[in-house]
Amino acid sequence: MENNYSKAQLSWLLLLRIFIGWHFLYEGMVKVLNPNWTATAYLMDSQGIFRSMFINMAGNAGLMKYIDFLNEWALVLIGLGLLLGCFARLSSIGGILLLLLYTFSHPALIGVKYMMSFEGSYFLIDKNLIELAALGVLFVFPTARVIGIDRFLDRALPVSFRKFLI
Amino acid sequence: MEKGKTNKTSDQAETRKASAVGRRDVIKTLATVPLLGAMAYGLIKTRKTALFDRDISDVFQLSNKNAVFIKPMAKGRQIRLGLIGFGIRGKQLMRALGFAEPSYMDNLIKAEEANPDDTRYDVFMEQDDLNVVINGVCDIFDKYSESAQLTGSNVNREGTKGKLGPQPKRYRTWQELISADDIDAIVIAAPDHWHGTMTVAAAKAGKHVYCEKPMTWTVPETYMVRQAVRESGIVFQLGHQGRQTACYQKAEEIIKNDLLGHVNLIQVCTNRNTPNGAWVYPIIEGSNPQTIDWKQFEGDPARIMEYTDYMKSFRLERYMGPEERDKFSLERFFRWRCWWDYSTGLSGDLLTHEYDAVNQIMHLGIPDSATSSGGVYFFKDGRTVPDVLQTTFEWPDRNLTMLYSATLASSRNRGKVFMGHDASMEVSNILSITADSNSDRYADKIKKGIIPTDKSFFTYVPGQSKVDAVTSATELYCAQRGLLYTYVDGKRYDTTHLHMREWLECIRQRQTPSCNIDQAFHEAMTAHMGTRAYLEGRTMYWDKDKEEIVRGENV
Repeated sequence: MENNYSKAQLSWLLLLRIFIGWHFLYEGMVKVLNPNWTATAYLMDSQGIFRSMFINMAGNAGLMKYIDFLNEWALVLIGLGLLLGCFARLSSIGGILLLLLYTFSHPALIGVKYMMSFEGSYFLIDKNLIELAALGVLFVFPTARVIGIDRFLDRALPVSFRKFLI
Repeated sequence: MEKGKTNKTSDQAETRKASAVGRRDVIKTLATVPLLGAMAYGLIKTRKTALFDRDISDVFQLSNKNAVFIKPMAKGRQIRLGLIGFGIRGKQLMRALGFAEPSYMDNLIKAEEANPDDTRYDVFMEQDDLNVVINGVCDIFDKYSESAQLTGSNVNREGTKGKLGPQPKRYRTWQELISADDIDAIVIAAPDHWHGTMTVAAAKAGKHVYCEKPMTWTVPETYMVRQAVRESGIVFQLGHQGRQTACYQKAEEIIKNDLLGHVNLIQVCTNRNTPNGAWVYPIIEGSNPQTIDWKQFEGDPARIMEYTDYMKSFRLERYMGPEERDKFSLERFFRWRCWWDYSTGLSGDLLTHEYDAVNQIMHLGIPDSATSSGGVYFFKDGRTVPDVLQTTFEWPDRNLTMLYSATLASSRNRGKVFMGHDASMEVSNILSITADSNSDRYADKIKKGIIPTDKSFFTYVPGQSKVDAVTSATELYCAQRGLLYTYVDGKRYDTTHLHMREWLECIRQRQTPSCNIDQAFHEAMTAHMGTRAYLEGRTMYWDKDKEEIVRGENV
């Protein structure tokens, strides 16, 4: 595909994509490889306006099995997508949605304390939201069509598929 | 020829160029794939160290078994109950049976509307139907009696606008209630000085008994209760709902598997710091000599004589009264726990919970000796029972001491701790074990840095099954979030509800409840030894052969 980025622009965007992809993939794989991992405690510790919704979810053992499964594999797939540049724009959207859910569960509010506290000090904007904004940048400045499997998919897939996927 | 050659060369160049483009294309397409290898290396390493570090199954053998509770029969018969005493505990027991005052239901609904996190209403509504009916109630305060009738008729668990069922009959005396034909089993939530008398009478009438702790008020009646329960063959359960705490079953297994090493000291405590916690309960409006049957409150003459005889023969008159027994007093009626005339003090009310838990976990039986000290140091409101009390119990045959330490005027949390040579275990609704830095059993693992000594290395959370590894940060975090209920097959239960359910199921299935008459006898005698040691200011001993409390000078 045509590439209108300067070398420097392309390099930094690519680096950002790889870093975020790496982060998601590792977070996901650690959870997948730990059979005892569950988001129950995290959800029970929720604060903010969606608190009771998340706590109710955590209280439902049957539902949690699916939530844990979806969360683990969403992290892995999003991570792989970004790292390999495969359906990279779709992965960016998925990542944004996931991070949005984490933010709803653990908003950085003043006076709110979490059992597993953030390191550092935050008000409204925490690292999750910064990562979320960075994924927004990657969505509007895609690089996988230059470096990544999307370079191949761009040719192989029908035009109508391409817009948000890659 | 020249031209042809040129053409051929340019074709070759084209092909070379195309294949170079193709190669560059492939490289660009798959450029980031090698990164996966780097991550895989990290993941394998992470997993290996995680597993290696945490495995302690060679020195810490524990089953994955979760707590076991008696299973209700599918089509058990309905049990017809009578309730004696509808004060604070009586109301709680009725709720545990599935019957709440309509006004209480209103409050729960309102509380949940105001705060969606307050799920007490849902928990109560989800509580099992125990298939019981309340046929009779008896309280000597009119207001409580009427309230008990209303509560017993709230069969649909609704608020004040709900539809009520038939009202239980109100009995003016507990004797009439016990002899009623349409009552199979009695729940006793009267004050301590009535427990024994009522249990003996109920047993003699062939009625099953759930009695609040402590089992008895005087020493002589303790033998009578045991005899009456044994001879009648009724199903007796003493109200130590701690028996249904999942962690206690796991603690029992840990002791059995010797995972703490030799346990030589057990520390149990009561830490309270409110007037309510110190038994200064509110005086209820509408209470007066017309609405309270004081004569019945005074107690059974035979028991009063046992009490008076004991107090007088050991010159302990200063602990009696100070008011005359027949003098009406609202304070003494609502706050009876503050006077030995009706109460068993800290020993009977709170030490018994702690002792019963330890007896369940370690099967200690009645101690060899008890020594107590303390005094009325904070609540100088005319009470005769101490508000600070220390009692040490000794089991020389087991080479251990249990220290009970209580204050009603400081809520600093001191846990229930079992101290062993290799590790110490703290038990509450969760259980945690911390290795001792001088342990022999764990020495190797401590040296290798696998087992820490500055924090607990094993945490049991009811419902969690994995036990072969050091508790990870997330698991500990989950435990600290306080999963405070007992879980049975994934559903959460209130322990008092489970304790009453066990009693009812034992009646249906002809089994013996966990806090049966033998356990109750241990509990009562142990508490009496602590009380007598305090009152007389000297060590009390237990003569195993004669089954008698004896004094220091006799040994």
